[in-house]
Amino acid sequence: MTTSNIETPLIGGPQPLASNNEDSPLNGVKVGVVTFPGSLDDRDAVRAVRLAGGSAVHLWHGDHSLQDVDAVIIPGGFSYGDYLRAGAISRFAPLMEQITAAASGGADALPVLGICNGFQVLTEAHLLPGSMIKNNHLHFICRDQRLRVENNGTFWTSEYADGEELVIPLKNQDGQFVADNRTLDELEGEGRVVFRYVDGNPNGSRRDIAGISNAAGNVVGLMPHPEHAVEAGFGPDSSARGEVEVRGGTDGLGIFTSVLKKLVG
Amino acid sequence: MTAETTSKKFNIDTVANAEATPGQALPWAELGLKENEFQRVEEILGRRPTGAELAMYSVMWSEHCSYKSSKVHLRQFGEKVTDAMKEHLLVGIGENAGVVDIGDGWAVTFKVESHNHPSFVEPYQGAATGVGGIVRDIISMGARPVAVMDPLRFGAIDHPDTARLVHGIVAGIGGYGNSLGLPNIGGEVVFDSVYQGNPLVNALAVGVLRHEDIRLANASGAGNKVVLFGARTGGDGIGGASVLASESFDDAKPSKRPAVQVGDPFAEKVLIECCLELFKASVVEGIQDLGAAGISCATSELASNGDGGMHVELTNVLLRDPSLTPGEILMSESQERMMAVVTPENVSAFEAIMDKWAVEYSWLGEVTDTGRLIIEWDGEKIVDVDPRTVAHEGPVYERPYHRPEWLDGVQADTFAHERPADLREAVLELMASPNMCAKNWVTDQYDRYVQGNTALAMPDDAGVIRVDEETGLGVAISTDANGRYSYLNPYEGARLALAEAYRNVATSGAEPLAVTDCLNFGSPEDPEVMWQFAESVRGLADACQELGVPVTGGNVSLYNQTGGVAIHPTPVVGVLGVFDDVARRTPSGWREDGQAVYLLGTTANELEGSEWANLRGHLGGQPPALDLAAEKTLAAILVNCSRDGMIDAAHDLSEGGLAAGLSEMALRFGVGARIGLDELCERDGIDAFTALFSESQARAVVSVPRSEEVRFNDMCTARNFPTLRIGVVDTENQALDVQGYFTLPLDQLREAHEGTLPKHFG
Repeated sequence: MTTSNIETPLIGGPQPLASNNEDSPLNGVKVGVVTFPGSLDDRDAVRAVRLAGGSAVHLWHGDHSLQDVDAVIIPGGFSYGDYLRAGAISRFAPLMEQITAAASGGADALPVLGICNGFQVLTEAHLLPGSMIKNNHLHFICRDQRLRVENNGTFWTSEYADGEELVIPLKNQDGQFVADNRTLDELEGEGRVVFRYVDGNPNGSRRDIAGISNAAGNVVGLMPHPEHAVEAGFGPDSSARGEVEVRGGTDGLGIFTSVLKKLVG
Repeated sequence: MTAETTSKKFNIDTVANAEATPGQALPWAELGLKENEFQRVEEILGRRPTGAELAMYSVMWSEHCSYKSSKVHLRQFGEKVTDAMKEHLLVGIGENAGVVDIGDGWAVTFKVESHNHPSFVEPYQGAATGVGGIVRDIISMGARPVAVMDPLRFGAIDHPDTARLVHGIVAGIGGYGNSLGLPNIGGEVVFDSVYQGNPLVNALAVGVLRHEDIRLANASGAGNKVVLFGARTGGDGIGGASVLASESFDDAKPSKRPAVQVGDPFAEKVLIECCLELFKASVVEGIQDLGAAGISCATSELASNGDGGMHVELTNVLLRDPSLTPGEILMSESQERMMAVVTPENVSAFEAIMDKWAVEYSWLGEVTDTGRLIIEWDGEKIVDVDPRTVAHEGPVYERPYHRPEWLDGVQADTFAHERPADLREAVLELMASPNMCAKNWVTDQYDRYVQGNTALAMPDDAGVIRVDEETGLGVAISTDANGRYSYLNPYEGARLALAEAYRNVATSGAEPLAVTDCLNFGSPEDPEVMWQFAESVRGLADACQELGVPVTGGNVSLYNQTGGVAIHPTPVVGVLGVFDDVARRTPSGWREDGQAVYLLGTTANELEGSEWANLRGHLGGQPPALDLAAEKTLAAILVNCSRDGMIDAAHDLSEGGLAAGLSEMALRFGVGARIGLDELCERDGIDAFTALFSESQARAVVSVPRSEEVRFNDMCTARNFPTLRIGVVDTENQALDVQGYFTLPLDQLREAHEGTLPKHFG
């Protein structure tokens, strides 16, 4: 299981994906997207990076090298079928060791974003506190979710205004964020609650928390899927700024441009 | 990797033993074979079959696998296809799924199948493995699956057993499909007490591939290796398990095994990626998924579609349960398995890909040129057959059929109920009714975003998926059926199902191209049901010919019958259309203030079989009249409007008529309209109630920007298609205002429309 094949997630089906844009001033930034067995939104995260102007690199969970990427996205899906516990098996992947080490560094620590299953992996790897349990209504839920950016000081949110609202698709089975009160107070006190659900908590998450960061702000995890609100025509039907063209919502793009711009300096 | 040979030694019924003991009694009746069928097996073999051969023949000659009752009728789908219809057809009926050329070197494969009976017994796993099975059919063609849809039919919404089925089936479809990363882009949810003991769980999947990547199920080239990979083989999904257990000589083994398969979506997701990598590396010559009849089906079909011979050592099969007998291994329907044929040179490349994805595999044997399928157990021959006699030369029945005598009475019973006094209340009642209410409670449990190519999904008229990111090339799919129409007139009902799916695809802006069908009926041994089946197939084949869209594949589900009562004939028809650019797809809701609302088509007094009549407990008369020439013209108008940017919204009118159409257009984006019915009533000679609730066909409502009205009207006039401006989009009032009759605030309409499913299912 250690064969490297960066082509793998792209085989078959709709192609070509948006290719790395050589004219983009941000295309020098390489963002790795990790594929585990059972990853589902890896191709979408790659597309989001490219639409934001960056260069996407496929990373395979069984590899030991981060291929000199400048940032990493752990995408959504059901890695290892969510068996045992969402993210519980993936955290032991060889590549996760590299990611954990690189993300825990000092000032130039690797920026890491965990989306949905990726968020679950990050909590299992103890890069982020808390855990995700089954939604309080026990159903899988897919809906266009309104969020508020609670901290624009992270690597992944600097392009937003503090308090800005976004509409981003949410889709998960185990999306209820839980942590003990002391941890929750700490997160609140240190400004590490990065996104909060508004207009209704979709899964029973404590204090309406949709996303959090580590203390340094380089590691962010969130349950909603910003990579599904980056391209007009294939996103949610609305944007926080108002009505848009059908499926025209692109509120999630800022997450990807944030990290690219931060890294370019 | 070699399988650990099971230490357990069965008292194996070998071919030699069968020759030596011609008189031994065999449980053919318990395995579902008729006496004449068993005699034919003996004739074919020139001896009695072994236990393993009997298992293979019984399952491959079952109705489900052999289409023995339906075959004589299904031929019409081939016979009524013209050369022009075949223009886009790359692979037709008979393979795992049909393949259609959509241009630029791209092809699409799609198919709908049933998983009705398992879903009633075990709703979650039944529905889940229904998705799994159809997705493996798509992979087998060499395609990446890109979307699924699920047409569902349940019993009465308030029946105590319905909630069990709804919860289990919806969660099963979501649990499996969501874990595969396939967007669920549409389908149907219908409630009717005729489906109480026989819910219909149909599953459709679509896949995308390049022309040169098409893979077929055949085993060619003597000396090539046969490999089984994916999940291990277990005791799940064995049809006549109790009988086979009695054949065993080991009392310690479990005597009953579940007949419903258990799905592992993670294993399937890995299987998808691993198969696509095998295809890309060109290391498989032929491939077949294991579904119904498991290894029996895969070996006999691969062998008979290729050079005709195969030699398999059955003890090499990796097992979940070492106590399985050879017959059980041959019949097991364990999920997430595939069989492939690999040249000796490619064996190591094949193994490398398996290892990369951590997929288990075992080499079972090889292709031969003997024309025989030989299966051995520890070197002893237990199957020696001509594979064609198993896979393709099963029994074919001309089952007797006749028109039911009761039908005249039903058709003469026209709808004569009094018109409701309050049309506002009537619209609210309709839109809150089980069949017309919002289905978000269901569709919100499905992922519609994954893969990032979904351009339209429920509740729009069709699901739309982008295929090529550079050009926007894509496809639209819709499935439809109306069991009440088919009950009243099965010939017309099937045609109406096709017409609606065709219309839906065109309403989204796509050019309809091809058809798949899932024919759900009662028992073929009931001559009246058989007549319904024959009429439906004839109707569908005729209508396909008239509309110029070929059937590319599908599935027949018979015996949907409990206690002598059959379901309504329910031919579910899926139509696939193509877009040069999905950016021009037409959504189903109004958005822009002041746009003109037009009704295309004419409305007659056609309430028989309608949702309104259904709400009043009436089912009689004839279904709405169908004019396929008008459907063709309407579709051409809708596609041209999309192409030329003449309309901003479109919605077809079908169940629930204009009342449902207007309500759904308003609720889609929360934008109302002011509508006038007077001119329509006068032109068509109908009253306002009929205008709103009639289900006349070949109709659609569109909204036209002011700047496009002249061009739009000119085009409709040129095509001699009736249109009428019936109102104007109104973003201010937040209401559906039918002038002179009622004003319905959208909040109130939404509450009624969206409240029904949560009220019943929590």
